[in-house]
Amino acid sequence: MDFTIDAEQEALKGAVRGLLARAYPSSETRREVVSTEPGFGEDTWRKLAEMGLLGLPFAEEDGGMGAGPVEVSLVAEELGRVLAPEPFVEAVVLAGGLIASAADDQQRAALLEPLVAGESLPVVAWLEPGRRWASDAERVTATWANDRWTLSGVKEPVLWGARADVLIVSAATDVGTGLFVVSPEAAGLTRDGYITHDGLRAARVELQATPASPLGDVSRDQAPLLEAAVDAARVAYGHEALGAMSTALETTVGYLKTRKQFGVTLNTFQALTFRAADMYVSLELARSTVTWATIVLDAAAEGQDVDVPAAVAQAALQVSRAGRHLGQDAIQLHGGIGMTAEYSVGHYMSRLTAIEHLIGDGPFHRARLAAQVSDHEVLDPIG
Amino acid sequence: MRRQLSAEDAKFRDELREFFTTRIPEEIREAVQARRELTKDQMVESQRILNAAGLAVPHWPVEWGGQEWTQLQRHIWHEEMALACVPPPLTFNTNMVGPVIAAFGSPEQKERFLPATANLDIWWSQGFSEPDAGSDLASLRTTAVRDGDDYVVNGQKTWTTLGQYGDWIFTLVRTDPTAPKRQQGISFLLIDMTTPGLTVRPIELIDGGVEVNEVFFENVRVPAENLVGEENKGWTYAKFLLGNERTGIASVGATKRNLATAKQHAAELGLLDDPAYAGRIAELENQLLALELTALRVAGNSADGKPDPASSILKLQGTVLQQAVTELAVDLAGPAALASGAGDTSELPEWARLSTPVYLNYRKTSIYGGSNEVQRTIIAGTILGL
Repeated sequence: MDFTIDAEQEALKGAVRGLLARAYPSSETRREVVSTEPGFGEDTWRKLAEMGLLGLPFAEEDGGMGAGPVEVSLVAEELGRVLAPEPFVEAVVLAGGLIASAADDQQRAALLEPLVAGESLPVVAWLEPGRRWASDAERVTATWANDRWTLSGVKEPVLWGARADVLIVSAATDVGTGLFVVSPEAAGLTRDGYITHDGLRAARVELQATPASPLGDVSRDQAPLLEAAVDAARVAYGHEALGAMSTALETTVGYLKTRKQFGVTLNTFQALTFRAADMYVSLELARSTVTWATIVLDAAAEGQDVDVPAAVAQAALQVSRAGRHLGQDAIQLHGGIGMTAEYSVGHYMSRLTAIEHLIGDGPFHRARLAAQVSDHEVLDPIG
Repeated sequence: MRRQLSAEDAKFRDELREFFTTRIPEEIREAVQARRELTKDQMVESQRILNAAGLAVPHWPVEWGGQEWTQLQRHIWHEEMALACVPPPLTFNTNMVGPVIAAFGSPEQKERFLPATANLDIWWSQGFSEPDAGSDLASLRTTAVRDGDDYVVNGQKTWTTLGQYGDWIFTLVRTDPTAPKRQQGISFLLIDMTTPGLTVRPIELIDGGVEVNEVFFENVRVPAENLVGEENKGWTYAKFLLGNERTGIASVGATKRNLATAKQHAAELGLLDDPAYAGRIAELENQLLALELTALRVAGNSADGKPDPASSILKLQGTVLQQAVTELAVDLAGPAALASGAGDTSELPEWARLSTPVYLNYRKTSIYGGSNEVQRTIIAGTILGL
């Protein structure tokens, strides 16, 4: 069991941190970027592409860097530290991951190369109104008629759905769930974009007999492929949350040391320092679990027999609990200033809340784990 | 980053598992599993079997019976022992006084005490806390005054766990009441509990048990050769003792085993089909997993005598989960949890009858060894710089 990163990974982390420190020197910069369309920095996105980060997890023959979940986790955590809005997890980990696993060779080249170059933004439309993080599609159906596929129904919320250059849409087929590529110019496609509470963008995407091309082999149920890509994204979001929680705690600790009331700094009050100590405990417990999930993903990629969905649910549950704790208490320990849009910590809570609703909340993952509670005597991470 | 155990560590684990489950008498392991109180003889027998195989004091210096194991191997040793329901070696001997004597004792003290301490030929008791010195240990008042070749000790210690079995007691005593800082006037003294003037009085606890004691010293004469290290340096040795051995501080293995047992009872009662119980157990398992992974993560970070302050997380969260599992057992027992005084003619299962005394008893875990509030103070101060 080894939780450490090597020198090359350390260098990658440092390079990403440097790039993001220049792009987001203060939370004010981030506020400006998210208040202007498209809601992230196109320039920063290009720089991430130039550094090769948009091709990080893809095979070298697809124009990628051939790196693994560990490298992805380092990038995600750095993004989370400054709440960078760039759609790294949405486009690279989720959409890119799905393309890499589901597409045929020709499609893979056509879709991944422009993504890696930063020229095309693919996103996955999978969440459906009235349903909760289900990887099987119900509300959009796929129909084969007149030698072509068309899709009908509604997906919402679709992250970056209005800005996306390519939509990967999950839809109900005769054999289960199929994955389809939809072009933004396709007939019968309506995209109503809006701002999410954390400053990012999502959309309602309506398809009315919209022409679509299959991603890979839709003659079989592709829901497991979607589930696997979503699981990888959950872990990456988990690292984004770790980054966000770290900054929320650092900011809070800094505030307790400098803010004066009753003539003394706030760290004079044990009621406050104990709460900060508990925040640290929550963060470190979450860090262990999320990092472990990355190690499990990595082991799976190397062909080891490991239970990825369980590790993901375990990490997500811990992220849910810790995210709420850190987000809520970061604001409480600041007092009124923490409520303001001008100050940073409130945005951290908002982003942590958003992440939880992207990966599935605590009760969702707890129920997944509860369903398996009889399958083992004890949980053994090193077995 | 790497997940799997190396082939060497996997073999190491298999061998330990085999040893623990075949060489420690079934009757002793059953008593641990059922959370019955062990007899002194059972604890001694178990530790001697471990010691004969080099498994009682692996973290000691090699010349005194230690093993050149990695932190991960120590972790595996501790977890496998707990999962196999083997009583851990007596902590006062192996984690507290043994390492202090090995690090600071005279050659004569090492010869005299270390082999007997590892083998539990001497049963050590701890004499640190006093009625007015709990979390604020440095305010202790028991005095030792030099008189010829002896120290004369007067005062009172308390919360001495299993003091009724003790042969010797290691104590913190005040040797210089005039020292400018109160930490500077304290010495570390070893005292034979059969010395005239020393009396042990049991304290009954809320579970009806008598595992802790008061120890009174009335003009107890202690040979000066029983002073460990230098006079008035006792506080340094005490800090070393409290920070020295953190393997197993989180008690993950034992809590895992107790949770597995509780889960089995829940299944027998049909309560695993109850989403509230299944969810509660899933959450506990997840918290325990997070704790175990954290223990593995910080295991490599502790240098000799200077614990990683992150080990405060392990003590804090470890006791929270130990207590949560005892609470779960009480809830699973339901009305049967009332029958703590029933004998074997009872219709109710033994685990359910024992559940409330154990639940009450385990409130101690967040108080001893540096209360959880002390741990929060360490985290806030040392780690966060608040």
